[in-house]
Amino acid sequence: MIRIILNRIAISIPVLLIVITVTFFFIRLAPGGPFDTEKAVPPEIMKNLNEYYNLDKPVFSQYLDYLKNLIKGDFGPSFRHSNRTVTEMILTGLPVTFELGLYALFIALFIGILAGLSAALKPNSLRDYIPMSFAMTGICMPTFLLGPLLVLVFGIWFEWLPVSGWNTLNGDKILPSITLGTAYAAYIARLTRGGMLEIMYQDFIRTARAKGLSEIIVVTRHAMKGGLLPVVSFLGPAIAGLLSGSFVVETIFQIPGLGRFYVQAAFNRDYTMILGTTILYSTLIISFNLLSDILTTWLDPRLRDNEAV
Amino acid sequence: MIKFLLNSIIILVISVAVLSSCSGDKKTNASEETKNQILHIGNGTEPQGLDPHVVTGIPEFRLITALLEGLVTEDPKTIEPMPGAAESWTISENHKTYVFKMREGAKWSNGDPVTAHDFVYSWKRLITPGLAAEYAYQLFYLQNAEKYYKGEITDFNEVGVKAIDDKTLEVKLNNPVPFFLSLLYHHSLYPVHKGTIEKFGKIDSRVSKWTLPGNFVGNGPFVLKKWDINKIIVVEKNPLYWNAPNVKLEEIHFHPIDNEQTEERMFRSGQLHVTSTVPSEKIEGYKEKSPELINIDLYMGTYYYLINTTKKPFDDPRIRKALAMSIDRRQIVEKVTKGGQIPAYALTPPNTMGFTPKAAIPYDIEGAKRLLAEAGYPDGKGFPESELIYNTNEGHQKIAVAIQQMWKNALNINITLSNQDWKVFLDNQRTLNFVLSRASWIGDYPDPNTFMDMWVTNGGNNHTGWSNKAYDNLIAKAAEAIDQKERYDYFQQAEEILADEVPIIPVYTYTRNYLIRPEVKGWYPNILDHHPYQHVYLEEIN
Repeated sequence: MIRIILNRIAISIPVLLIVITVTFFFIRLAPGGPFDTEKAVPPEIMKNLNEYYNLDKPVFSQYLDYLKNLIKGDFGPSFRHSNRTVTEMILTGLPVTFELGLYALFIALFIGILAGLSAALKPNSLRDYIPMSFAMTGICMPTFLLGPLLVLVFGIWFEWLPVSGWNTLNGDKILPSITLGTAYAAYIARLTRGGMLEIMYQDFIRTARAKGLSEIIVVTRHAMKGGLLPVVSFLGPAIAGLLSGSFVVETIFQIPGLGRFYVQAAFNRDYTMILGTTILYSTLIISFNLLSDILTTWLDPRLRDNEAV
Repeated sequence: MIKFLLNSIIILVISVAVLSSCSGDKKTNASEETKNQILHIGNGTEPQGLDPHVVTGIPEFRLITALLEGLVTEDPKTIEPMPGAAESWTISENHKTYVFKMREGAKWSNGDPVTAHDFVYSWKRLITPGLAAEYAYQLFYLQNAEKYYKGEITDFNEVGVKAIDDKTLEVKLNNPVPFFLSLLYHHSLYPVHKGTIEKFGKIDSRVSKWTLPGNFVGNGPFVLKKWDINKIIVVEKNPLYWNAPNVKLEEIHFHPIDNEQTEERMFRSGQLHVTSTVPSEKIEGYKEKSPELINIDLYMGTYYYLINTTKKPFDDPRIRKALAMSIDRRQIVEKVTKGGQIPAYALTPPNTMGFTPKAAIPYDIEGAKRLLAEAGYPDGKGFPESELIYNTNEGHQKIAVAIQQMWKNALNINITLSNQDWKVFLDNQRTLNFVLSRASWIGDYPDPNTFMDMWVTNGGNNHTGWSNKAYDNLIAKAAEAIDQKERYDYFQQAEEILADEVPIIPVYTYTRNYLIRPEVKGWYPNILDHHPYQHVYLEEIN
């Protein structure tokens, strides 16, 4: 088990290096630089700007400099926001995105597992069809539609909840968390249903029932551990998706999270900021995938015994 | 089971409510904040920074005018220059020497006096090559400033700005520049506090912490109180400002909002007093249902199409003119943009400080067809399919589609459309890697020169490859002229050349469309969309 984990960590280092290298060179290939503006900057000023940020050096030596600083933990200054470093900006955005992702994950798991269970325990009945058609709608409905819709109903018509903000008005975290969580709730519902249906026809469930256990015990003690396996393996990508995919929700609700920093950086060609956030996101995705693999192994005896995985 | 589901939904709602209510203490809404004289403004994208010598955008400009004050400020109604950090000034007869008398008792927010030396230091900083200030060229009107910037001279004393004593600043210009006082509104010419700059870095440090709350020292009507990136910037009244007794607002909250739909929803739910823009598809609804909330002011900017005159067949002025003559601009502003814009038949917006171009490109489809035929493409036969580029934006797309159709109908020529990411788009314009391109220009200062001097041969913003000796001469002559009428005559002639040669196709004159609550007072429409905050206040409406 420990060997697997160590193995995976070792593999992730070259993966990160490749991500850094590809990002570094690709953003420089993209037309337009960080200082291109609608009103042309005279060439002599552009020259000084490039010197200031070492953009006049050969690209490869810039790359080596970047790696050197990175090892020291220095992501460099933001090209656009002249009074902030990339590290500072990430540290302000990341906790917000994490918090939002956490609430959304709770909502997704709660609704998703309940709906999935309800469907799996009585398949092909109304209790299956209704939650599952909701799930289908949830998957199909993009957040940029659901968000404004919720705002319109709860923020503007009923005036129950604030339409935007984060930590400024009472209840301003509710709508964004629901918006972000819903799409994942739908996936989780479908995964739960599938996983549970498969398990419920297994022999050991019949044995458990034959022992005279109540249905609740059968479901919670015996079936759920195996039936939720697909959900657990989905958690890694889901958390990564919640963190990196929160941009739309952050924009709709005016939330100062990392997603907005990331997209703004890409539009502005803020090279250091793009690299910093990309490295961070890749690290997060790699770690959460690893974490969900470990959890899956722990839950699934078939995998646990097979060291080769 | 249904009961179970219902229960769980209730638990969920409660748990989310509990999670969210851990934070947040007060209910902000425009009407409550009005009582406290706290103005909430939607301010576009997150500002790059607050260093007046480094930043370039309009959101930054709005913030900096609250925090710093230049030699002159502007009248909120007429945008005429008014005394600011300078109490008065005299202009020499040849209009090349300005002497500013600094205001007695003007102070920085840390209590230091504001002196002529502060301006010398600040202007030196702007043209210090190492700072690489994008707006350094705003000072190139001063004697030797450009040479200093390029390193041809290294002694700053030779540059045309000098502190004769603490209270007297002398400025020497290369040419009589009639709009020089208006240039002084621009944030790049605002002063910075020397002690603060040097405490957090050197004169040429672009990356510096001096602009953060707690560090920032300014001389404007407001001081920086709070700055949460991508969330809010708060400024509060500066008690040391020379005109503080007449400043009525207690605080201004600038909300950085990139998304215009989000901004509109915030306005509708009462979180904002003023927005920075309004989604174009919502303009009509506001005009019908609540016209008191929407503001449509004429703006000193022109929306136009660039033509790459180095590409065949667009090197032929007849073709360019045919394209320009076959656009029905009235249709565009009435049916497409719908924001009160004015059709533009010449480049400079009408009544720019008393200048209205006499030249006009006619709307004349028959004439356009004739020109096209003369140029060798009767009824558009054989005309190569050409591409029109624009930066990704629904508004630009709608206009492009309309014009594409007009050209097809009138001239029977095929234009393809291509939308591009902003930076890609700018790069293509700069390298002349396009045939036709959408563009716009918002005047830097209230004078026709800001529109006219772009099109001189090899001008930095002349992305057309167009060059005309007579035009260059007229602009050079206008720069030397002192008499306003004489200058405007040169500009009229220059407009004639533009209308005849058509390196660009003017489409419409901009309007500034935004939402504003009736509680906001002291906010006047003007062509620069400048609203000095020391004159703004809030008044409850019953």
